[in-house]
Amino acid sequence: MQQYSGFGLLKHSLSHHENWQRVWRNPTPKKKYDVIIIGGGGHGLATAYYLAKEHGVTNVAVIEKGYLGGGNTARNTTIVRSNYLWDEAAHLYEHGMKLWEGLSQDLNYNVMFSQRGVLNLGHTLQDMRDIERRVNANRLNGIDGEVLDPKQVKEIVPHMDCSENTRYPVMGASWQPRGGVARHDAVAWGYARGADSYGVDLIQQTEVIDLIIEDGTITGVKTNRYGDIMADRVASVVAGNSGVIAKMAGFELPLESHPLQALVSEPIKPILDTVVMSNHVHGYVSQSDKGDLVIGAGIDGYNGYGQRGSYPTIEHTIQAIVEMFPIFSRVRMNRQWGGIVDTCPDACPIISKTPVKNLFFNCGWGTGGFKAIPGSGNVFAASLAKGEMHPLAEPFSMFRFHNGALIDEHGAAGVAH
Amino acid sequence: MTQQNRLTSGGRIDRSKPLTFTYNGKQYKGYQGDTLASAMLANGINVVGRSFKYSRPRGIVGCGAEEPNAVLQLGATEATQVPNVRATQQELFNGLVSASTNGWPSVETDLMSVMGKVGGSMMPPGFYYKTFMFPQSLWDTYETIIRKAAGLGRSPLENDPDSYENINQHCDVLIVGAGPAGLAAALTAARGGARVIIADEQNEFGGSLLNGKETLDGKPASEWINAVVEELSTYEDVLLLPRSTVNGYHDHNFVTIHQRCTDHLADIAPVNQVRQRMHRVRAKWVVLATGAHERPLVYGNNDVPGCMVSSAVSAYINRYSVVPGNELVVMTTNDYGYQAALDWADAGRKVVAIVDTREAATGDRTEAARKRGLNIISGSAVIEVQGSKRVSSVSVAAISASGSKVIGSVTKLKADTVASSGGWSPVIHLSCHTGSRPVWNDEIVGFLPGQTVQKQLTAGGINGQYETAVALKEGFDAGQKALAEVGLAAAEVVLPKAETQKLAAPMSLFHIPHLKPTSQAPKQFVDYQTDVTAAGIELACREGFESIEHVKRYTAMGFGTDQGKLGNINGMAVAAKALNKSIPETGTTIFRPNYTPITFGAIAGRNCGELFDPKRYTAMHKWHVEHGAKFEDVGQWKRPWYFPKTGESMQQALNRECLAVRNAVGILDASTLGKIDIQGKDAREFLGRVYTNAWAKLGVGKCRYGLMCGEDGMVFDDGVTACLGENHFVMTTTTGGAARVYEWLEIYHQTEWPELEVYFNTVTDHWSTATITGPNSRKLLAELTDADVSNENFSYMDWKQITVAGVPARVFRISFTGELSFEINVQANYGMHVWEKLHEAGAKYGLTPYGTETMHILRAEKGFIIAGQDTDGSVHPYDLGMGWCVSNQKPFSYIGKRGMNRVDCTRDNRKQLVGLKTKDPKQVIPEGAQAVLDPKAPIPMPMEGHVTSSYWSENLGHSIAMGFIKGGLDKMGETVYYPLANGTVIEAEICSPIFFDPKGERQNV
Amino acid sequence: MFHIYCPHCAEYREEEEFHAKGQAHIPRPLDPEACSDKEWGEYLFFRKNPRGLHHELWVHAAGCRKFFNMTRDTQTYEIKEVYKIGEQPSVVAE
Repeated sequence: MQQYSGFGLLKHSLSHHENWQRVWRNPTPKKKYDVIIIGGGGHGLATAYYLAKEHGVTNVAVIEKGYLGGGNTARNTTIVRSNYLWDEAAHLYEHGMKLWEGLSQDLNYNVMFSQRGVLNLGHTLQDMRDIERRVNANRLNGIDGEVLDPKQVKEIVPHMDCSENTRYPVMGASWQPRGGVARHDAVAWGYARGADSYGVDLIQQTEVIDLIIEDGTITGVKTNRYGDIMADRVASVVAGNSGVIAKMAGFELPLESHPLQALVSEPIKPILDTVVMSNHVHGYVSQSDKGDLVIGAGIDGYNGYGQRGSYPTIEHTIQAIVEMFPIFSRVRMNRQWGGIVDTCPDACPIISKTPVKNLFFNCGWGTGGFKAIPGSGNVFAASLAKGEMHPLAEPFSMFRFHNGALIDEHGAAGVAH
Repeated sequence: MTQQNRLTSGGRIDRSKPLTFTYNGKQYKGYQGDTLASAMLANGINVVGRSFKYSRPRGIVGCGAEEPNAVLQLGATEATQVPNVRATQQELFNGLVSASTNGWPSVETDLMSVMGKVGGSMMPPGFYYKTFMFPQSLWDTYETIIRKAAGLGRSPLENDPDSYENINQHCDVLIVGAGPAGLAAALTAARGGARVIIADEQNEFGGSLLNGKETLDGKPASEWINAVVEELSTYEDVLLLPRSTVNGYHDHNFVTIHQRCTDHLADIAPVNQVRQRMHRVRAKWVVLATGAHERPLVYGNNDVPGCMVSSAVSAYINRYSVVPGNELVVMTTNDYGYQAALDWADAGRKVVAIVDTREAATGDRTEAARKRGLNIISGSAVIEVQGSKRVSSVSVAAISASGSKVIGSVTKLKADTVASSGGWSPVIHLSCHTGSRPVWNDEIVGFLPGQTVQKQLTAGGINGQYETAVALKEGFDAGQKALAEVGLAAAEVVLPKAETQKLAAPMSLFHIPHLKPTSQAPKQFVDYQTDVTAAGIELACREGFESIEHVKRYTAMGFGTDQGKLGNINGMAVAAKALNKSIPETGTTIFRPNYTPITFGAIAGRNCGELFDPKRYTAMHKWHVEHGAKFEDVGQWKRPWYFPKTGESMQQALNRECLAVRNAVGILDASTLGKIDIQGKDAREFLGRVYTNAWAKLGVGKCRYGLMCGEDGMVFDDGVTACLGENHFVMTTTTGGAARVYEWLEIYHQTEWPELEVYFNTVTDHWSTATITGPNSRKLLAELTDADVSNENFSYMDWKQITVAGVPARVFRISFTGELSFEINVQANYGMHVWEKLHEAGAKYGLTPYGTETMHILRAEKGFIIAGQDTDGSVHPYDLGMGWCVSNQKPFSYIGKRGMNRVDCTRDNRKQLVGLKTKDPKQVIPEGAQAVLDPKAPIPMPMEGHVTSSYWSENLGHSIAMGFIKGGLDKMGETVYYPLANGTVIEAEICSPIFFDPKGERQNV
Repeated sequence: MFHIYCPHCAEYREEEEFHAKGQAHIPRPLDPEACSDKEWGEYLFFRKNPRGLHHELWVHAAGCRKFFNMTRDTQTYEIKEVYKIGEQPSVVAE
């Protein structure tokens, strides 16, 4: 793999950047792989990368119906944090957080992970109880976090209205300094480049149209472009489209796919240095390095695969932002878009074996999948390599919805993020 | 300073109304009717910004929504700052203050440009992904520098003084765009009797007709426009919306329009006017008559000020009477480009050359130019321009017939303006918003709207029809079609006769070749605002970013505030060429809302500040305010939290309130609890199904506490339900849970058990509830009623219909404090009356108002749970130690029964709610603290459960707490530890959660 | 934003008046006690989630407060029909 560095840029500038290598190959798939990963988003690519890098499983194909990182990886608001409430979720996300912290160097690709901190605001007494509970749990789980009072919040976000005059005054916040944002596309591309360098085949513009299942065991997939491709193990990592793949496999999932919208303002000079999230007022915002205010809207209540939601959802979000930051009233919204999020009843993902042997699913990340990309890919890769679920993935079996061992993160997942 | 580029006559400006404006601190003049951009050009202002990556000087390129460069900061005061206003869309007003957004120390002399020149070669697309990685610790520093360089304008730092509003509209036909097609459609639909809305982003209707000299019926087009507008204004059901941009086309023909009501008048809206308004329109049919944007061509140094789009040059001359330069070179791939040269020549300035990339084009405009003796150079292109803050000369060379390479020698021509035309791109943005994918059309060399499921029609330029006569006809047809679709008869309309021009075929050319390969040629900009060059796109493709979406994301093409209106198609063409594909094979270009940016305030409308979320007050709210209550938000309700007396701390107030209840009598406003009236012969059966406990035998006049679970067996609400009659109950819910419970009852009744005869009605707001509680409560009640309220006649868990303070009341003898209590419910409008009477009579008994916090303490002393505080959706009744409230004898498998018997719900070691007594009685464990068995265990420390409720109990003289502990109900007397953030550890003993009056004697007296 | 015909009110109203309540036609098992944990879990949580036609339950929350069913395309968002509880759809999803 061609190493990237500032020196490399200088060197290539002398030859007018004509000699940069391809970031990844554009291979024709082989007849058979050890592992096929359906879905070339962040999670799928990270899975492929760690399979190759940490487990030496390089005879791997990632099959993507569109372009790499073109689904929710390209449509989220890039927030990274690990301050989840329950041990199972906290450990999984913190595993990811630790990987984030060296990711640019590991991938030799700057994913611009910016640990500018994440604030979760509390506006009611119950919000504050929940914040205390979560921060205490985080602390004892080895995850950084503090509970802040309104004055401390104001110091971090001087332009937010922390006065008593708002409809729901800020009563405090949880603060995770190691949280932040990253450059979403770069994460997909960095993992793709890394996986490719280990020999993983990235097959774009190719749709899996059916699964090949014999006697309850999966042996391959049918594609629209390359016919049948066989594999010992198949992993579905297709987020909003998980229901579609599950249907091919003949089972249902405890999932529903909903539209989740986001929007950005026009780029403005730096005004907000951290991520601010409010469950109660129901908005969250950060500022990208480009200067856009990146704002996440709520989830629409209906199922939808249209990558668009309803306008009132956008309205409510903007009302919340103006309520939190009255000075942004005259700033203008540039663009909105939507993704398809696969939500689980307990707001936690599914990383699991399935009723079909050798078919594994990684889905249900709902509104919070981006932050989990490294951790999810890492534990999923380990599970695929061994055929047995990684201990951190174990609690996230789809079968928890049968026995009732749910991990209810609605409180910590709260606002879409 | 005179307006050196202003013509002495003509145009749509009002020379009798001169206006003064400021740009970068300097004063200039313009006229009414100018845009900020036309006024700047009139004054010879060349540099309006600096590019963000290379800091190159940039000038005005376009004349409308497509403008990428003239993006300015507006605002005379801090509070009225608006970032990123497109000068081409901002009408000039007197006193307008504007500034460029980038460049230091000034936009004219920008030191960053040195960086741009030197470092620019090291900043190909995606360079930031390849560097700033080492050392890891320096990324924060790198990022700070990157952030400072990025961004355009700035946010105001003071609150917006203006107000905004939303308005809902309905119509038969919404027409987007008031050019010839839109006006013809509107006229037709209006005459046919339809309800019509016609919106246009410009200050006046007419669209492209305003920018040219075309005639209709042999007269200036403005005469026809005026007549149509005048006629439309006479129809009651026609709404004309100028200065109104249709920004979003949503599902089922829901369309949002952003109307700028006062931005053309001043910085701040005149008194009593809203600055902007969002129209939320539900249209039966939508006619998109949005026209087209002319594409500039991509050539070397095409961002030097003076390089413009040719139709914009015409617009400035004809509409604003401004000639934006002295010596013009036109470069065109089609006949329309000639118009700028003709207009320029008409204005009396020098046309240096018309460089036509085609060989021997023969359209009418070409002929006109030839007849005028203009210098036409065929089969050639402007391969680059020279100059830095203004074009000084251009290099022209012959190119191959396909446009792929330079084949002739280079001639330098002196010129200060280059008008380029690469053909038109239909404005298909709105048609994409609901998921329709545009379709490439080779004939028009552009994308056309794709298939849609919306009730949408298109007319004119959006269809690739750029001739006025065709646009008029298509508009007329769309109007008739819409009339027919909404069931109205066809209308009689005679369209005016437009000039027709014979057109030669356009050449499909986007990227002009250079002598050098693209990577070495002078920068050829595709997207000005994001500094994306043809070389950058080629590099992206070379590196393997082969999907157009990858190209866009890797280069940032189309991610500016103009969203690539000028650049996207050119960029696709460059990528297609690099990948050896056709444009449609490269992909398509999808547009999302908004068409142009919308003020956040306008979208929020009135729904912020006081009106962000309704506040709900009880009938006694005024009293609470007058008596110094501190309030707590519970749902939308404002509930008294506690009633501090002067000089009292919160804890002192709570202590006083708690003691008063236990020793005398307290009063609580409990009106906010949800109340649902339930009637019908199956009401009792229904209650038995939705509550965990038994209801079959509850007699009339009796009350009972119930727990409500989901199908998963987890508790989600609780409350007391009273039996008012054999078939009549009133259910109370938690304050925050009322709406959810009500919907819960309805969904089960309507979808699962419609055979049950039962009716629900929410009556929360019908009743006011004053709870009096404490040993003196009976004496107090007795004073205000003639009824017998003795224990014998009115026992615990009874309710009675009696008269209290002269008002009919339902009084419930139930208790959430463990004391003798009466909850007095009266019609809400008597609430204050009864409340005041209670206070008058109660003074001698020590009646003390208390709020939610004291209520919480008192109930915790009794071990009563609060759903939502002591539950979190993951606990069932047995976890709460409330198995007594579950009846497994009921014949019907009530909601929650099956769920709470799943494997995981019946396993050992579940977290169970217990009482907690601190070793040091003075210590209060913070709510949310996490229990551990070994506080010295290494991190991650195994946790046993958290504290849900914790208080100082003045009555008991020690702290009390409730919390979850794994297997806690079997661990009475054992010790747990709470390690706190400050490093201290609180030790506590697991105990029964009932701290006070465990036998429950006090409520029974 | 959807424009929804409420079969009870017999009028088109804005989506803001309605709430989506998930997949339609999931009857509560008549004898929950006879269900295995797996069956109960499937009743509670497992859903069709199709891309394409879907039968859903909606409630006219800020209107008549009545529930009804809707057949809607989850890709194009077209509403094919609405029908009352207890009625069967005429356009049937797979």
